[in-house]
Amino acid sequence: MKKVTMTVNGKTVSGEVKGNTLLTEFLREDLRLTGTHVGCDTSQCGACVVHVNGEAVKSCTMFAAEADGAEVKTIEGMANADGSLSVIQQAFQDYHGLQCGFCTPGMVMSAAALLKENPKPSEAEVRDYLEGNICRCTGYHNIVRAIMAASGQDVPAVAAE
Amino acid sequence: MPKDHGIGASPKRREDVRFLTGAGNYTDDINVHGQAYVHFLRSDMAHGKINGIDTSAAEGMPGVVRIFTGKDFEGVGGLPCGWQVTDKNGDPMKEPPHPVLAQGKVRHVGDPIAAVVADSLEQARTAAEAIVLDIEELPAVVDMAKALQSGATKVHDDLSDNLCYDWQFGTDTETTDAAFKNAAHVTTLELVNNRLVANPMEPRVAVGEYSRARDEHTLYTTSQNPHVIRLLMGAFVLGIPEHKLRVVAPDVGGGFGTKIFHYAEEAFCTFAAKACNRPVKWTATRSEAFMSDAHGRDHVTKIELALDKDNNFIGVRTDTMANMGAYLSTFASSVPTWLHGTLMAGNYKTPAVQVNVKAVFTNTVPVDAYRGAGRPEATFQLERVIDKAARELGVDPIALRRQNFITQFPYATPVAVEYDTGDYEATMAKMEELMDIGGFAARRKASEAKGMLRGLGVNCFIEACGIAPSNLVGQLGARAGLYDAATVRVNATGSISVMVGAHSHGQGHETVFPQVVAEMLGIDESMIDIVHGDTSKIPFGMGTYGSRSLAVCGSAMVRATEKIINKAKKIAGHLLEASDSDIELKDGKFTVAGTDKSVAWGDVTLAAYVPHNYPLEDIEPGLEETAFYDPANFTYPAGAYACEVEVDPETGKVTIEKFVSADDFGNVVNPMIVEGQVHGGIAQGIGQALLENCAYDENGQLLSASYMDYAMPRADDLPHMANYVVDHSCQTPCTHNPLGVKGCGEAGAIGSPPTVVNAVIDALHSGGHTHVSHIDMPVSPSRVWAAINGQ
Repeated sequence: MKKVTMTVNGKTVSGEVKGNTLLTEFLREDLRLTGTHVGCDTSQCGACVVHVNGEAVKSCTMFAAEADGAEVKTIEGMANADGSLSVIQQAFQDYHGLQCGFCTPGMVMSAAALLKENPKPSEAEVRDYLEGNICRCTGYHNIVRAIMAASGQDVPAVAAE
Repeated sequence: MPKDHGIGASPKRREDVRFLTGAGNYTDDINVHGQAYVHFLRSDMAHGKINGIDTSAAEGMPGVVRIFTGKDFEGVGGLPCGWQVTDKNGDPMKEPPHPVLAQGKVRHVGDPIAAVVADSLEQARTAAEAIVLDIEELPAVVDMAKALQSGATKVHDDLSDNLCYDWQFGTDTETTDAAFKNAAHVTTLELVNNRLVANPMEPRVAVGEYSRARDEHTLYTTSQNPHVIRLLMGAFVLGIPEHKLRVVAPDVGGGFGTKIFHYAEEAFCTFAAKACNRPVKWTATRSEAFMSDAHGRDHVTKIELALDKDNNFIGVRTDTMANMGAYLSTFASSVPTWLHGTLMAGNYKTPAVQVNVKAVFTNTVPVDAYRGAGRPEATFQLERVIDKAARELGVDPIALRRQNFITQFPYATPVAVEYDTGDYEATMAKMEELMDIGGFAARRKASEAKGMLRGLGVNCFIEACGIAPSNLVGQLGARAGLYDAATVRVNATGSISVMVGAHSHGQGHETVFPQVVAEMLGIDESMIDIVHGDTSKIPFGMGTYGSRSLAVCGSAMVRATEKIINKAKKIAGHLLEASDSDIELKDGKFTVAGTDKSVAWGDVTLAAYVPHNYPLEDIEPGLEETAFYDPANFTYPAGAYACEVEVDPETGKVTIEKFVSADDFGNVVNPMIVEGQVHGGIAQGIGQALLENCAYDENGQLLSASYMDYAMPRADDLPHMANYVVDHSCQTPCTHNPLGVKGCGEAGAIGSPPTVVNAVIDALHSGGHTHVSHIDMPVSPSRVWAAINGQ
């Protein structure tokens, strides 16, 4: 067992982990931050995406020990300080970008990483970026619209082009 | 101006806030104090005889609580099948036992052999590796035609062969043969409806808990229908009476059919929680899901279409082999029969329709309902053969369909169902308008200038939803009723809890159902909450599948709300000293007709619970009503879809360039949610058409058991927003349910596969590859390239 300390959603947390404990297990089981989901065992689905030191990471591909000392952000830390939905979260609701909600945390975390990197992505860029996030409910259409709206673009105008 | 509340409005979904903030409560998020974890040791061979299972070394491993094998379940029932199909010779289908853990033989890769319960999951997995199996590998049957050959290896030794049933349905043979004899033209097509895996993003999970003090069992499970699980598992498998068994399906991360069924792992966790006197939890890995979730489709079909000299359809005859897998899953037997054969008339007035289906056991994972369930298989073959006929006859495929449309309703088909209403011309015309069919020639030219082949595919479909009238399905072999139920509980201060039998796992019931009740009562939607997913809280409902939630459970909710209104009017009449027949309810206020005398909603609800001034001699206090609703008929959503593809003749790659759906769902309560359902269905249909394939090798090894091998549609596989329209403006309301709704959950998955394949064939013909009459799904680059190159 190894002691790890990291900042998760702005709070310093510590725990004892085994060498093979995945970050996703540490978040879900030790910290009970169950918003981060596990949808596959081959790192394809993206339901477990979190931010580690500002970068989008599939938390099933990282050991908890590797995140020792890191700054981690999960879906539970994405709302505004007053508890209201952030711009991206609100766009997902406004554009019906989620149905069952299971892939949603990973989608929101990936969308946030995309917009940080590319504040005004084209539709093709959004679709390309979501390669590592699988959604089975929405057909992605409304997820793409939500992300473009969150970037401040006029979605109906894009659709009319 | 669009409505901003009630029926027809698109309020933002109230469930979204919890899902967007990580506050959802899915089954794997539930941990019960003291729980142990189970790992299932599953068969890695498709077929084998179990000579011995030595668990002695594993039992001594750290953390092991107990190890179970098939022997521990000898006194327990098997997993039941909920639908009895009768063979054409009058015999019942063959129904082999389906044990919770394998007994005697393993019959598919993934068949559970032993279950290790331990303090931690890691300990359970490690101990499972120490179990010594003595299993003699047997030849496997995978291909259905081979499985039906005489002398084929039998999946079940006690059965005479691998044929579950041979079913015939619709028009009699003499009449059907006469139609084909008199035909001016007959088009024949042989095709495969590819095996799929539903793949909800949340893998299945079960947590069993037992209270010795109360002798009560609780199962938390990823189910679309908790009461169905309680009934099947309690009555047929474990022998637990309903009042001692609670089944909870909390937030469920997608279902698409595969979470309807009662699975071995649910029964195991419930059983083991008592046997171990500890809660027992199981969470499927995705790899486990691929080899234990019921698969979908997997039909091999020959269809023939007979036309007279004027191109009128005069006969349809189909011959299908339907894969059941190794055991009969809960509704497996009904999918290729009653959910498939009854749809073979499609949108057309063909007088003779005969359907033949052989259901076959193979050494593969059980196959059952997946989004559309039988109806996509029916639509695919019919719409493909019509397209082929149009090409052979040199007529426009749209005109050929139009000429044969059913135009008079109600319409009794030759395959047992009666369409209550519809307007297929309207959806066709809407599709043509939105698709800009007139501009296709120019778009094709532009594609050709880039070296691409462009094709246009169209498709019409009908589905039978709102499943289902109990007396009808009972005659057809269903072992359950298919009503649903709702309780409307009005609280003293006027807020309302509606307990519904339907289960929402993405459909947004928590938002949509209050829209209906709010509209009926004239109160704010925020005063109404929906309760679902817990048998201890809701009335006995049959759950969500078959696009039934609003049509069936919503109708129950309407009936219960009508009872509330009737009683509330009596209370209001008493308070207003008027006859209840003179009371009108509008905008949440009860008024004596023609006067300004009124009482508010809250005055009446308070009086019901504080009955100081109350007609106690006539009515009881309180304001709570339950209704069960059994539909009089199926509902029949229908639509016309179109798609344009570009095919790269060098690589065979197909790209969807434009897609339009024109659906008739009857009345629409929440357009935003309806469109979302169609988007999702179309993505799954495009996935089936272009990407997805569940593949076995000839030894029964599952080749596509992870997302590395099974191609799930990604965002960049689907049409861009500028070239994608889903429309539901054509509305012929259902005539027999109070909301006039038909259901929208499955349409996209039914309508899109033939649309895409028709477009691909059209593209290839435009490039001179006229020898290609069909390509089986998924229409992958390698298959297209091979077809182009005659390989």
